[in-house]
Amino acid sequence: MSGSSTATRKRHSRLPMIAQAGPVSVWMILFVTIPMLFIIFISFMTRGTFGGVEYVPTLKSYETLADLVYFNVILKSLRVALVTTVVCLLLGYPFAYYIARKPADVASRLIMLLMIPFWTNSLMRLNAWMLLFQTNGPVNKALLALGLVQKPVTFVYTDGLVLLGLITNFLPFAVLPMYSSIEKLQTAMLEASADLGARPSVTFLRVTLPLTFPGIFSAIILTFIPALGTYTITDMLGGGKVLYIGNIIKNQFGTIRNWPLGAALSVLLLLVTALLIFLYSRFAKIEDMEVL
Amino acid sequence: MWTSGEILEGEFLTLLGPSGCGKTTTLRMIAGFEDASSGTITVQGERIEDKEPYQRDVNTVFQNYSLFPHLTVFDNVAYGPSIRKVPKAEIRQRVTEMLHLVQMDGYEKRKPDALSGGQKQRVAIARALINNPRVLLLDEPLGALDLKLRKQMQIELKRLQRKLGITFVYVTHDQEEAMTMSDRIAVMRGGVILQIGAPMEIYDRPNCRFVADFIGESNIIDGTVRRVDGKRIEVETADGIVLTQGEGFREGEKVCVSIRPEYICLSDTPREGFTLHARIKDFIYMGTVIKTSLDLPHGQELKLSRFEADPTLHEGDERYIWWDTEKSVLIHMEGGAV
Repeated sequence: MSGSSTATRKRHSRLPMIAQAGPVSVWMILFVTIPMLFIIFISFMTRGTFGGVEYVPTLKSYETLADLVYFNVILKSLRVALVTTVVCLLLGYPFAYYIARKPADVASRLIMLLMIPFWTNSLMRLNAWMLLFQTNGPVNKALLALGLVQKPVTFVYTDGLVLLGLITNFLPFAVLPMYSSIEKLQTAMLEASADLGARPSVTFLRVTLPLTFPGIFSAIILTFIPALGTYTITDMLGGGKVLYIGNIIKNQFGTIRNWPLGAALSVLLLLVTALLIFLYSRFAKIEDMEVL
Repeated sequence: MWTSGEILEGEFLTLLGPSGCGKTTTLRMIAGFEDASSGTITVQGERIEDKEPYQRDVNTVFQNYSLFPHLTVFDNVAYGPSIRKVPKAEIRQRVTEMLHLVQMDGYEKRKPDALSGGQKQRVAIARALINNPRVLLLDEPLGALDLKLRKQMQIELKRLQRKLGITFVYVTHDQEEAMTMSDRIAVMRGGVILQIGAPMEIYDRPNCRFVADFIGESNIIDGTVRRVDGKRIEVETADGIVLTQGEGFREGEKVCVSIRPEYICLSDTPREGFTLHARIKDFIYMGTVIKTSLDLPHGQELKLSRFEADPTLHEGDERYIWWDTEKSVLIHMEGGAV
């Protein structure tokens, strides 16, 4: 793959890079690069007295970041994102496997079921979770009726509910790329492995898992990064009582109106994410990534 | 589907038949990928029909090789022994031996993607043979190769089988391939083995109309037994009386006579014994042979093949035809209704 792309690059070397990539690069520059550079720029500016940005260079925002509080918030956010990702993989892989082994028409119907929640507004879905789990909501009533608890359990504004919200929200993003990978896995590979003496568990570890790894890798990227940066889910289900990096960034740009600090936090999040992807790509070839 | 047959130890048996005849299914039942709805499968006296594929002492060379794309050639071949926890040094030695056997020395570090079809095939064979199977199953292994490579691999496979003495069960729909390689051929249709025997036996003594027609080219003429005189049998056909030979036929029985295109003789004058009247329809040049189509008076068409062209023969010419009684085969009608 790399060989052919080098050849192509050589052949068109007289054209400027921008003309080759064309509209895509224009789009990327307008909507990704420029805003990103702007965020980085702002993170080095001074907070205005009434909340705006004064264009006076300073490192004050980054000095604030050195506070242990932010470090702990990042650590906590990473942990929650990690748990979300692991649970999504553990739940998503068997589900994706199940769908992928069904005939195409059944599979597309099952995928549809997975996608239906996305046709509703995400705020409505989050509110539905709140209603289900509130102190006198259906879940507590059921638990009381069954005698499993003596008094209503507090679910709302806990880490547990946040986690539930994150997992249910990101599960489809984990299932889809894994489904696509597993679907491509030929049964002939599994038969060949069995034929050579491997029992099903060995076949799974030595053939199925490595061959569907690109899908797993994409699933990790597609759940971990958004779970790390999310703020609507944590805001609503965590009620602002539990702090995550996403909420803090949102608050700096919103109610607190400290744009430079918000920007600095964004840069930090960006660096953490980039570092993780870099570490990960050391173990997995990026080109193996499965993107739907 | 109903199949019954015995595979002899160390033989090269080919399951031959048109697509959908159940030959691959039979192979997959031996491998354990398909359940036999009834009956037993026995390997060297041991019943295996209830065993899982990974418990069976048979290995398969798959139609599309099915090499593991994420493993190197070395790791592909080492897969079987590594699962059986064979010591690393021994695996290394066995893999090297096997790759040498299939002439793939030096390819250990390649990934299957970087191999040609023929090379993949060799690796697939090595990967199966390294396990020393009691039976090696080959499911149209040469189907994806071009003609020349295919011919070469046929000979190599045959030599390999001779050298190792492992029982090969080979599936193909290519009758020429079956003829070249097999010790015995089992001709299948509709899940049933119609005839099983050495290539020459199957070719010269087909036991039913389907086998006669499927193996090589054959002229099949329907008729009724008119007179039985020991092994000599007179058959009345729409185009006249022909002489043939066979055993166990009754007078008045519906039969068909099978005669290979190379055994049909032409002459200018009628001949003693029997002759049929024919008109030359056309010629087809096939490279090594020239095929001539003949029309019999009642519309039946016969094929005749010769190594050399007869310059005196033209389209539309009338000739007498006959054949050596010994060369024709008489077949019961009920055994071969297609």
